[in-house]
Amino acid sequence: MSVRREETKTASMLQANFQEVVPALKPKEAIDEANRCLFCYDAPCIKACPTSIDIPSFIKKIATGNLLGSARTIMEANPVGASCARVCPTEELCEGACVLNHASKPIMIGLLQRHATDWAIKNQKILFHAGEQNGKRVAIVGGGPAGLSAARELARLGYEVTVFEAREKAGGLNTYGIVSFRLPQEVALWEVEQIEQMGVTIKTGTRVGVDVTPEELLQSFEAVLLAAGMGAVPMLNIEGEDLIGVLDAISLVEDTKTKPLTDLMLGKKVVVIGAGNTAIDGATASKRLGAQLVQILYRRTEKEMTCYEFEYEFAKQDGVEFRWLVAPTRIIGENGRVTGIELMRMELGEPDAKGRRRPEPVPGSEFVMEVDFVVKAIGQTRHVDLIEMFGLQHKNGIVEIEEGTYRTSHPHVYAAGDVIFGGGNTDAMVVDAANHGKRAAHAIHTALEAKSQPVL
Amino acid sequence: MADLRINLAGIESPNPFWLASAPPTNSGYQVQRAFDAGWGGAVWKTLGEPIINVTSRFAGLHFGGQRVLGFNNIELITDRPLEENLKEMLETKKLFPKHTLIASLMVEHKREAWHEIVKKVEAIGVDGLELNFGCPHGMAERGMGSAVGQHPDLIRQQVEWVKEVAQTPVIVKLTPNITDIRFTARAASEGGADAVSMINTINSLIGVDLDSWLPIPHVDGKGAHGGYCGPAVKPIALNMVAECARDPQVGIPISGIGGISTWQDAVEFLLMGASGVQVCTAAMHHGFRIVEDMIDGLNNYLDERGIASVMDIVGKAVHTYSDWGHLNLNYKVVARIHEETCINCNKCHIACEDTSHQCIDIVTDEMTGKERLVVREEDCVGCNLCSIVCPVEGTIEMVEIPSDQPPLSWNQRQAALAADRSCEAAQE
Ligand SMILES: Cc1cc2nc3c(=O)[nH]c(=O)nc-3n(C[C@H](O)[C@H](O)[C@H](O)COP(=O)(O)OP(=O)(O)OC[C@H]3O[C@@H](n4cnc5c(N)ncnc54)[C@H](O)[C@@H]3O)c2cc1C
Ligand SMILES: Cc1cc2nc3c(=O)[nH]c(=O)nc-3n(C[C@H](O)[C@H](O)[C@H](O)COP(=O)(O)O)c2cc1C
Ligand code: SF4
Ligand code: SF4
Ligand code: SF4
Repeated sequence: MSVRREETKTASMLQANFQEVVPALKPKEAIDEANRCLFCYDAPCIKACPTSIDIPSFIKKIATGNLLGSARTIMEANPVGASCARVCPTEELCEGACVLNHASKPIMIGLLQRHATDWAIKNQKILFHAGEQNGKRVAIVGGGPAGLSAARELARLGYEVTVFEAREKAGGLNTYGIVSFRLPQEVALWEVEQIEQMGVTIKTGTRVGVDVTPEELLQSFEAVLLAAGMGAVPMLNIEGEDLIGVLDAISLVEDTKTKPLTDLMLGKKVVVIGAGNTAIDGATASKRLGAQLVQILYRRTEKEMTCYEFEYEFAKQDGVEFRWLVAPTRIIGENGRVTGIELMRMELGEPDAKGRRRPEPVPGSEFVMEVDFVVKAIGQTRHVDLIEMFGLQHKNGIVEIEEGTYRTSHPHVYAAGDVIFGGGNTDAMVVDAANHGKRAAHAIHTALEAKSQPVL
Repeated sequence: MADLRINLAGIESPNPFWLASAPPTNSGYQVQRAFDAGWGGAVWKTLGEPIINVTSRFAGLHFGGQRVLGFNNIELITDRPLEENLKEMLETKKLFPKHTLIASLMVEHKREAWHEIVKKVEAIGVDGLELNFGCPHGMAERGMGSAVGQHPDLIRQQVEWVKEVAQTPVIVKLTPNITDIRFTARAASEGGADAVSMINTINSLIGVDLDSWLPIPHVDGKGAHGGYCGPAVKPIALNMVAECARDPQVGIPISGIGGISTWQDAVEFLLMGASGVQVCTAAMHHGFRIVEDMIDGLNNYLDERGIASVMDIVGKAVHTYSDWGHLNLNYKVVARIHEETCINCNKCHIACEDTSHQCIDIVTDEMTGKERLVVREEDCVGCNLCSIVCPVEGTIEMVEIPSDQPPLSWNQRQAALAADRSCEAAQE
């Protein structure tokens, strides 16, 4: 009896931990904040948004009570604008560019964007309709932010769009990969619904390359957009990686979004390897699953981390600890379970091609830490097989495209989103994927229009 | 998508949003940009004998961190030659044949002068005329503008002169610097005007500089009263529109002007009888692009209510606007505080305690030790003051208390008393 009660208490505690953390703006807060926006002309915040949302316009619409118009202004420019309102590193984008940084405090653009899109979600508004059918067909491989944005734009332009999605649900990492306490799944699925109700066919559970071949797509569609994102977390390639208790961060997060929360980590010691946004989500999810100690281990320093500032702050507030300049050399186990990890100290050497100083091992500095779980979060692999099946040129799995047209080395294949993300000093972003998808759609439209013009 | 087209006294327009005659409509370049941005019409900056403007012309009233709640100017009518204006008006009309272009006119009190200018502007194909009897400064000292607009006889006569030659609809723009605008509106109607527009600006002095002791704005050490407009004048304008709309002796369409900044303001003017609206200050504050939300917001408002055309809401609230003597003395509302959203600022309490009827108590909950605000409904006179000062929208609701008395207005009450008295007199 009391055990059962304990169990339900734990379950409800865990559930509470996975509720959205940042509270929505209160009605008065939203109006006050909206009225504080200066309604700048040629506003820098618009230029700082990769999808160029007309920010002063959507904020003005909040101020005048035109929430439908506001949500439409947002989603028009960014088909995943409700998700972006929650996961964009706004201080590095729109809010960082707000002119009020110089005079007072920047406008809370992300939260206002959430205010307007939440209203549309709550009131079940349909924001867009398909354009008049033009009889042309486009296939999209992958139903993440990039694929969905392209699908929405193409549907508005009158194309018959089919999205092939390997998973059970569309939405990509917004649905499966970003922790619920930052982005609840309902928000991502609402965006999917908005696009489905326009007549876009989303074939879920269909993996291109397995269930349908690239040739088939190229034969039955006028153009194909590859928006398959990236793959799983790569192997560390060290001893002990197959022990029970070695997890990958993306699967860990996915489980928290798709299955009942478990108490396996309750009171345990967890280390997370890596320092990008995958690592942060893996670490904060572990903490919220009840782990007693969560440490992020990174082979470089604070300065070289690729996660955004807000994520770093968020992890620290969640009680996640950071250890710099260490790299795992071996995972130690007993009876098939993880019991410890051997680490080696590192120091920074010469800068690499991206200008980041290369970590180098300090000989003889190995030491062992006692841990129960090792969460791997050292980035994501590339879909090299799929890319090669399409016969596309790529660099280490990064699809090469023509600047501006998103066209790959194959004349009928375009690519957008994480498949073309070339790395850099920060991680890939949803808003960039959305922007690529939108632009690729218009490039496809331009190309197909030109093709159907009679040659004089 | 609702039909936003309007018809104001025969003048058609793609939407109800026009720019008022003022700096935004000073030139072809500006009006064409405005039409591109979505404005349905424009009343060109008032034409007449070119004048000389002073520099330092405007001042703004900022209040509590919000800029330009009110706006004041001592600018006169156009300072550009008539020929130049006409050339640009012609060009604009050619580029935008479907948009509404109105010529605003102001000339001396002479029949020939009116005839001459009316013929000139109609020759270039304007959609209507607006006679400016409203500017309160400068031009009034020369016997024009509000100097005319304050005399019903002068209005009637000048409108008659214009109507002798005008081929297009004539709108008369009225000044609010007058005790009862219905008298001048009626005079315009009697003179044959097809519509009236209101309001022009209100006599004003925005402020005095605390260091230099000079009026704001001043011109080389001297100031003069200006014309006041912007959000602050909206209630004055809305009342004037409503008063004219419900006056059968006025009986002609109204173009509403004064403090309109949002689609919501526009809806209010339309409901109170305006067939279209004109905007100046809001455009001067933010640029022409504000019309985008005005159109979008109005359209969404109509769609939401399943109203097919904006003309369907014109005047729909006029019948609810009446004289005080017709209001029901037995209707009662009281304040009710929603504790869930109350933030305990106690502003309602002190407002009622010091300046109304002392009926909001601060009560300490014995269990929790927390303070609550409680309205003694039996003492509440339903004045609304607390709900006005409450910073959290919707926290103080004024709720209706059903009455066991039948409706009774002051006029009915006085009539009944008089009847009683005459009965008593007859009985004696
Ligand atoms: C843990 C984590 C946290 C993140 N946090 C943030 C953040 O806070 N802010 C931010 O801006 N970005 C964040 N990102 C990055 C962001 O999620 C991605 O940049 C974005 O989702 C890329 O969109 P996409 O459409 O290119 O790819 P994805 O979202 O990966 O979508 C690709 C889709 O293609 C499908 N697919 C793959 N292969 C096939 C195939 N062969 N056939 C059919 N379908 C296929 C996949 O199932 C998936 O649905 C985070 C990423 C991770 C992993
Ligand atoms: C600077 C300025 C100049 C104006 N000039 C004219 C004018 O030439 N003719 C006219 O009829 N009204 C003129 N007006 C009055 C406006 O057309 C309008 O009636 C008034 O500003 C109220 O509207 P608003 O509150 O939207 O500004 C002027 C107003 C301003 C602010
Ligand atoms: S999409 Fe992201 S970057 Fe763009 S405005 Fe919204 S929050 Fe800012
Ligand atoms: S820069 Fe800031 S103040 Fe200006 S429009 Fe953008 S959010 Fe508003
Ligand atoms: S004014 Fe409003 S918020 Fe303040 S105490 Fe009264 S009810 Fe509460």
